[in-house]
Amino acid sequence: MHWHGRIERNAIVLSILILIVVAIGGLVEIVPLFTIESTIEEVEGVRPYSPLELIGRRIYIREGCYTCHSQMVRPFRDEAERYGHYSIAAESMYDHPFQWGSKRTGPDLARVGGKYSDEWHVAHLVDPRSVVPGSVMPPYAFMLDRPLRLPNIEDHLYANIAVGVPYTEEMVENAAADLRAQADPEGDWDGLLERYPNAAVGDFDGQPDQLTEMDALIAYLQILGRMVDFSEYTTEDLRQ
Amino acid sequence: MAAVSATTADAAVSESGRDTVVYNDDVVRLFTIATVFWGIAAFGLGVFIALQLAYPVFNLGLEWTTFGRLRPAHTSAAIFAFGGNALLATSLYAVQRTCRARLFGGPDLANFLFWGYQLFIVLAATGYLMGITQSREYAEPEWYVDIWLTVVWVVYLVVYIGTIMRRREPHIYVANWFYLAFIITIAMLHIVNNLAVPVSWTGTVSYSLFAGVQDALTQWWYGHNAVGFFLTAGFLGMMYYYIPKRANRPVYSYRLSIVHFWALIFLYIWAGPHHLHYTALPEWAQTLGMTFSIMLWMPSWGGMINGIMTLSGAWDKLRTDAVLRFMVVSVAFYGMSTFEGPLMSVRPVNALSHYTDWTIGHVHSGALGWVAFISFGAIYFLVPRLWNRPRLYSDKLVEWHFWVATLGIVLYITAMWISGIMQGLMWRSYDSLGFLQYSFIETVEAMHPFYVIRALGGILFLAGALIMVYNLWMTVRGRIAVEPTATAPARAATRPAE
Repeated sequence: MHWHGRIERNAIVLSILILIVVAIGGLVEIVPLFTIESTIEEVEGVRPYSPLELIGRRIYIREGCYTCHSQMVRPFRDEAERYGHYSIAAESMYDHPFQWGSKRTGPDLARVGGKYSDEWHVAHLVDPRSVVPGSVMPPYAFMLDRPLRLPNIEDHLYANIAVGVPYTEEMVENAAADLRAQADPEGDWDGLLERYPNAAVGDFDGQPDQLTEMDALIAYLQILGRMVDFSEYTTEDLRQ
Repeated sequence: MAAVSATTADAAVSESGRDTVVYNDDVVRLFTIATVFWGIAAFGLGVFIALQLAYPVFNLGLEWTTFGRLRPAHTSAAIFAFGGNALLATSLYAVQRTCRARLFGGPDLANFLFWGYQLFIVLAATGYLMGITQSREYAEPEWYVDIWLTVVWVVYLVVYIGTIMRRREPHIYVANWFYLAFIITIAMLHIVNNLAVPVSWTGTVSYSLFAGVQDALTQWWYGHNAVGFFLTAGFLGMMYYYIPKRANRPVYSYRLSIVHFWALIFLYIWAGPHHLHYTALPEWAQTLGMTFSIMLWMPSWGGMINGIMTLSGAWDKLRTDAVLRFMVVSVAFYGMSTFEGPLMSVRPVNALSHYTDWTIGHVHSGALGWVAFISFGAIYFLVPRLWNRPRLYSDKLVEWHFWVATLGIVLYITAMWISGIMQGLMWRSYDSLGFLQYSFIETVEAMHPFYVIRALGGILFLAGALIMVYNLWMTVRGRIAVEPTATAPARAATRPAE
């Protein structure tokens, strides 16, 4: 161990060696995820979030929903029966940041979209135990009374473009209008649905004349897992 | 303050004897106070959110006090506020002694480091309560807090390396290798994992540079190595200085410390993918993560053996010295959780344990048993020296702290083992007709008794820490409890038998 004496007498050499040694693992594991093309499966339907879904997603993040809910169905028989088709990488390719989660104090939400009605979601978020008596989820009644603070939605889209989400010029131009139209029961949804296929539309929170945080969050929850039609693909198609 | 520092400086000189280095202990005192303060905050928050899972009424119906917002406040308070201040206090004390050099950069840089780090904690914590989060576990603070922490961390690195470079010892002591690896690696992880584009320069929101699968692995490369370097390498540095000091014995094996140091820091970095087993992460990456996690068992136990065997010839002190017992039991907990970790990284085991409370129990056997216990030991060691007191106020209260906290940990981790394994099994169980046997909510309801036991364990752990606060407060005030000293009579009684 005489050779080590030289390293442990020089702070700079020691520091540089440490940096090299700790850099290797990350480089070998992470860099190929960007270069190996099959990492993201080729499927149809995955699209950027609509402005209302994107803001709903911000609320999901703000409230720390990820601390209790995963969005990652594993390829097991029981999970397939409970939640649906296992999750694939392509489904979260526009998720900045990802919301796969690490703990299921509550159930997985990767495919919760369309599973419950908007009314159920409102009742559940306002008072979880009114619909699920054994639940330990916190109540989120305040969202029903909280008007959606309209952020500069274009800036949110531009920030997403900067990190690689393919929002088009048309999407940015219509962002503010799309944000309002999606939760407006009398809105004109044609353009919105062309830009964001499969988006859930209409009054989400039971208050047709108000745009609240509840509207945005439910719009997000209702698109989860509904972008890819898995009946069109075999397991072989989805191999990474 | 001036009077206090003068007396401690004298003490430092007389302790080292050979030279006239005046150590900067003012900043170490500040970091020690902060460690205790944030420790109570972290344990208190932990108890509160444990109660929320047992009794959701504790969410209080307010948006600022929901589990979702308080959980990051608890984890950050435990890791960065309690653990971080403990690492800063102990590393800045140890580096000066082992290098026989005053802190590089003078008192101003040291004070900037202290107040800058506390500002980081306050910015992060207040942000969580207001819902400002990146949702990256253990890296929740938003972009502006991340930039501030980067500045503070670079100052830490400069102070640390600068002090080592002005050392009056030929060799850099092993504790400093570990502290240095912790500082450098955390810098690398923090910068890469927090790369993001802010929506505006005046707003708090940002979008991470990476998405989906790449984002997930970057985050868990960070997340697992926050454990590996913040909560392991840094605290191993603590072990390598404070256990030999307290036991008054040299480190067991120099050769083992070299081998396990390089093996540990090389292997740890690869282990992140085991947080993503059976996810959409490509299987080759999962397999690499699992393989390296299992290999990691070896250097981890190398460190444990080196720490525990340092007591060779001083085992009797475990009976009489509760401070040393805190340190040695912490290393035993380290050994246990670094055995459990590789086990849980094996894919079929992980299929059961992932998403359940087993993971939470595993984290807490490390965080409470290893990180907190070695910190308590180091704090009990430091406070009388830093405030120039002959001894702690009460050894008996250290005993009480030790046993109350140990009981708390045992309740905590056994409750989580049972609830975690039970929930994992319930999720996958089928009835005789081939249907899923339990709805999800039935598995939640089954957790209730264990969540109550876990909260009780947390309350005991917090109670132990409050005993410590009282003991330290009386020590700083210069009081000494009248109690039969545990050491003298015990020795007298055992001497004939030896």
